[in-house]
Amino acid sequence: MDALDNLGVWGSVLVALVWSALPVVFILLYALVTLYMEMKVAAHMQDRLAYMRTGWHGTLQPFADILKLLQKEDTISSAADKKLFILAPYVVFMGTYAAFSAIPFSSIYIGSNIDLGAFFVVAVSSLVVVGILMGGWASNNKWSIFGAMRSAAQMVSYEIPTALAILIAVMITGSLNLQEVTKFQEGGIHNWLIFGGPLPLTQKLLLIPFTLVTFLILFIASLAEVNRTPFDLPEAESELVQGFNTEYSGMRFAMFYLAEYANMFLVSGVAVALFLGGWSSPFGSFLSGPVWGLFWFIGKGMVLVFLQIWIRWTLPRLRVDQLMYTSWKVLTPFMFACIFGVGLILVL
Amino acid sequence: MSAVKGYFHNIWLALSTVAIGMKITFKHLFVPAVTVQYPDVKMKLPDRARNRLYVNIDDCIGCDQCAMACPVDCITIEIVKSTPDQDLGTTSTGHKKRLHVSVFDIDIAKCCYCALCVYPCPTECIVMTDVYEFSEFDRKNLIYNYSIMTPHEIDAAREKLKKAEEEAAAKKAAAAAAKAAPAPSAQTLAAPMTGGAVGTPTKTEGSNAAQSPKPTTPAPDSSGQTGNS
Repeated sequence: MDALDNLGVWGSVLVALVWSALPVVFILLYALVTLYMEMKVAAHMQDRLAYMRTGWHGTLQPFADILKLLQKEDTISSAADKKLFILAPYVVFMGTYAAFSAIPFSSIYIGSNIDLGAFFVVAVSSLVVVGILMGGWASNNKWSIFGAMRSAAQMVSYEIPTALAILIAVMITGSLNLQEVTKFQEGGIHNWLIFGGPLPLTQKLLLIPFTLVTFLILFIASLAEVNRTPFDLPEAESELVQGFNTEYSGMRFAMFYLAEYANMFLVSGVAVALFLGGWSSPFGSFLSGPVWGLFWFIGKGMVLVFLQIWIRWTLPRLRVDQLMYTSWKVLTPFMFACIFGVGLILVL
Repeated sequence: MSAVKGYFHNIWLALSTVAIGMKITFKHLFVPAVTVQYPDVKMKLPDRARNRLYVNIDDCIGCDQCAMACPVDCITIEIVKSTPDQDLGTTSTGHKKRLHVSVFDIDIAKCCYCALCVYPCPTECIVMTDVYEFSEFDRKNLIYNYSIMTPHEIDAAREKLKKAEEEAAAKKAAAAAAKAAPAPSAQTLAAPMTGGAVGTPTKTEGSNAAQSPKPTTPAPDSSGQTGNS
């Protein structure tokens, strides 16, 4: 980072731009892969084949989809609140993208190595709720506003177990900086926080049940945060016709879509950084290094993304009251119990 | 069950049933697809599948029974009688053809695929095939013309029939006149019969092949589909 000082104003601006553009490049590539993976996994779980006609096994289909979205007419309904309507997709994507800046992709790459990393991610990804509410309200469509309202209610309630789960990791590692949290877990799979972290053996063994439950709760809550099945009530294509993005078409719709997929990786990335060792190799010093770190981080993230897809094509949608029950009556009390237990173990 | 026990039992049920469901979907991830890649691979149709109608016009005797059986009136048949001296040949089932089938149109867009036209056919010349890909951009293209007679041939057949009828009428008049007269002459009766069989192109197998086929006459098998889409 000292090199930045010798570049002058424009040089450092350029470096900053390139540095900040890397997550976008990643998000775009990842979205292509995940779009394809989602459809293929869905099809094969239902004993179908999915795309087979565009390229080898339909590998060109994501590109075709993007081309289609680019060509589509950009419609704005006359009754819509035009300014908010146009702004909403960008707010949603911005919230996601901003959160990516605190995600440690590798030991040498993190958008912004801030000390409040985990807190920043939680805070800034709440902007997504604002964007969704904006889009739903501005659409002037009853289904859209229903979707947006559900989304807001859901995200606000599930942010609590998520934040509490992140708090557990912070309690154990003593840092909110995701890079620090990752470094804390270096040295192999047994040092991952999901398995108690690199603590003395008795403490570690006592912690394992709590961290396992915490990871599970973090994963469930993050599913709800990104509006994925079984918590996809805001979209609910069968009842709300895609909810808040019903009125959107073309690239604006694509922005929502991109944000949703980016969000999937974001929550997976946070879970990986906090509980699954981040970019550190599961084999200690074997296969570790900056590039391998990138591989491990994205690999672990993609495993969680696959898990999300897997769950999506397994479970039906929850009812609204079941959704709220799960958050307030199950996840949150369990999280409090975990915090109490972990705190007790760490103090003793 | 107490409330607390019920609460934990619920959580256990939720987790365990999700695990069961995920196990099932994961297993299906590796089950070969049950679907076929349709335009490339086609599923075998049942033996008695009812799809596009086909008329083997060479076997048609123009009896109109299929058109009468049709509940949606999608079959149009027009015929021209042949004269006694003409030989239109026999069908493959051995029936003697006595009528020129000048029009045999099936509006397949109207067809309800009930196959009621198939059963009455005495020569089994109208059949259901296994062809189901015959969508068109213009609805007019769905009216299939199965008759292979050219307008010229139809006119000639009509002309000949008219002539024969006139001659028959004349003969009848002559017979009536002869009845009135005491002694009819054998020579006057025979003369118009020989004069009638001149110059009408009666259809034979050879002349069929030489004629240009009507544009929308579909073949019975799927390979010979009409290429006018």
